Amino acid sequence: MAKAEAASRASSPAKTKSNKDELVRYYRDMLLIRRFEEKAGQLYGMGLIGGFCHLYIGQEAVVVGMQAAIGEGDQVITAYRDHGHMLACGMDPAGVMAELTGRSGGLSRGKGGSMHMFSREKNFFGGHGIVGAQVPLGTGLAFSNKYRGNDRVCLTYFGDGAANQGQVYESFNMAELWKLPVIYIIENNQYAMGTSVQRSSAETHLHKRGASFNIPGEQVDGMDVLAVKTAGDKAVKWCRDGNGPIILEMKTYRYRGHSMSDPAKYRTREEVDHVRETSDPIDHVRKLLLDAKFASEEELKEIDKDIRSVVNHAAEFAQTSPEPDPSELWTDIIH
Amino acid sequence: MPTEILMPALSPTMEEGKLAKWHVKVGDKISSGDVIAEIETDKATMEVEAVDEGVVSSLLVEEGTEGVKVNAPIAILQGEDEPKAKSNGGTTAPAPKPAAKTSAPPQMSAPQTATVREPTVAAGTPMVTITVREALREAMAEEMRRDPAVFLMGEEVGQYQGAYKISQGLLDEFGPKRVIDTPITEHGFAGLGVGAAFGGLRPIVEFMTWNFAMQAIDQIINSAGKTLYMSGGQMGCPIVFRGPNGAAARVAAQHSQNYASWYAHVPGLKVVAPYFAADAKGLLKAAIRDPNPVIFLENEIVYGRSFEVPKVDDLIVPIGKARVVQEGTDVTLVSYSVTMALVLQAAEALAKEGISAEVIDLRSLRPLDTATVVASVKKTNRIVTVEEGWPICGIASEIATQVIEQAFDYLDAPPARVTGKDVPMPYAANLEKLALPNVDEVIAAAKAVLYRS
Repeated sequence: MAKAEAASRASSPAKTKSNKDELVRYYRDMLLIRRFEEKAGQLYGMGLIGGFCHLYIGQEAVVVGMQAAIGEGDQVITAYRDHGHMLACGMDPAGVMAELTGRSGGLSRGKGGSMHMFSREKNFFGGHGIVGAQVPLGTGLAFSNKYRGNDRVCLTYFGDGAANQGQVYESFNMAELWKLPVIYIIENNQYAMGTSVQRSSAETHLHKRGASFNIPGEQVDGMDVLAVKTAGDKAVKWCRDGNGPIILEMKTYRYRGHSMSDPAKYRTREEVDHVRETSDPIDHVRKLLLDAKFASEEELKEIDKDIRSVVNHAAEFAQTSPEPDPSELWTDIIH
Repeated sequence: MPTEILMPALSPTMEEGKLAKWHVKVGDKISSGDVIAEIETDKATMEVEAVDEGVVSSLLVEEGTEGVKVNAPIAILQGEDEPKAKSNGGTTAPAPKPAAKTSAPPQMSAPQTATVREPTVAAGTPMVTITVREALREAMAEEMRRDPAVFLMGEEVGQYQGAYKISQGLLDEFGPKRVIDTPITEHGFAGLGVGAAFGGLRPIVEFMTWNFAMQAIDQIINSAGKTLYMSGGQMGCPIVFRGPNGAAARVAAQHSQNYASWYAHVPGLKVVAPYFAADAKGLLKAAIRDPNPVIFLENEIVYGRSFEVPKVDDLIVPIGKARVVQEGTDVTLVSYSVTMALVLQAAEALAKEGISAEVIDLRSLRPLDTATVVASVKKTNRIVTVEEGWPICGIASEIATQVIEQAFDYLDAPPARVTGKDVPMPYAANLEKLALPNVDEVIAAAKAVLYRS
């Protein structure tokens, strides 16, 4: 079986001592993404969402852990598998869902769709549809921080597929040359669409890809939110201390296809099931909460219920919000 | 046998320069590779190395002399008694001659000082004559003084003082934080600039030429041009991409393309292509202040040309306005950038034959000021559009379509186009000349739409 290191967890997660509130928050945030994406998949199947729709299910620990490591004014930018990032940034689930359905209540007023949403308020800079293009953009956001002399950092996410784009390395070079405060987070979900890392990458340890630029890199268990948070804290400090960029390779896994129209012929059902059973990021936190008696089954059920209600409201809003007014065709082209 | 040492060209467009310093004197023995002189142009300084061996028998041009023509003899070298006619044995190539013998610039010479004035400036405003290069530099310096968020980034913009010396002196005034030398990485720094603009800065990204920006076109169009729309109006991208566009001279196919219609095609971008120094300055200042991405197409051949510029504190030329440079009644001649020179020359020649041409400088290509063009055609009933770009889907094609759509009943002849030929730019001097539009073609087209021969 061409297993793509599927289930192998990255080496020993450094356990963060976490308190109850923190763990509960991670649980909630990850569960929100999971349920939201499941609902999006459902609406897609009903024909309410068009075009491309790339679901984040399985990768939730990455954005939730990283978001917990940053603070006010830090920026986030990613590619097109972006719903999870937006929810983690605190963007309104109803606004995200209504954008997926192309309605006027969407965060881009129906003009961006699944791959193109932004929030100045939450410092989320997209949502970009061209593989790798967000990497120079995130580097530029970090440049603006350095230019202004503040200590903000930019989280620049990209996938294992984008890690083979030339502009990523153009960005690495400038980021290190100018010591820009950017954390490059490679979400290695092990498949670039249908091509495994082994079939696409001469160096499969993607955290080493910064070596020729002197950018340090670390591999992180991206299925363990605590490991992600620990690595994120270190990386944020590295950047805030003026040391320039750093790479975090998050070993993660997407349960669903590349997009909704993925026939999934490149991996087996057993491979996916094995990861779900042994490495699920939400089950992991759930177990921690229960084992530490931070929460009872009942309390977790209550959280599940809350989340379902948020997601159902988002889906409801996304179906009832009107389509954009035809006059919107001609707005926002230039200022 | 005496050998003449000729004034070399530092660049394909250099026509003359200053002989700044001699490193040799009469009687010195020199061999190939020795530095014998320094020459300067407004763009660069360079050492002249000897290519031949011998003894300097006379220096024909004193050091400090300005305006020494390329290929003019500057010194005479007396060879050894016997020319060393040793056989090369097929291993050593003969040293090349210092400069190409021919290659007169294919461009027609342009009026060095325009007589036309910016009509938006009040009559009586004092004028100062500066080059387009200086105009662009002044625009950037003034805007950088005005707004600390403005910075310049590109290849060789800082320590080298600009590949074409547009940014000369800016590093000294503004320092390395705001005048940033990039690696040769167009795709990367174009994207980085867009990200910085998203982050609230106002980048000026210089491409050494627009030919190299094809590496970066995804970031220019997809990231800079479309994000405002895709974000429902949240995410503006105030950025200027600028640099020389189109053919220089003798640099062949990959360095000679006109990208005007490529960028003018894209909603979300603004595109300007000035000719006169006042427009270069006023439009660049407007572009830097504009909240949108602006594609600023310059022209290497025009950089050194001098024009009058109004002496005012804050010269702003609005983007999207064409200018009637010269009024006329018989035929409308429309152009932009370097080919404005051809149009002005053609208008002068036509006037001698009693044909009154109205000359329009588009200046901006998106938004395109079709109203000014259409109003002119309603008056003259005939139009010729002149550009250096290719004919298929060119700016001229768009002008013709707009005129047909908006003034069909006023036309007394089909709109005519004079463009670059539909071929990759050839290197050979004669072929290059054929590939580029020329004054005679403009005159012929004007007469054709007037049904005169």
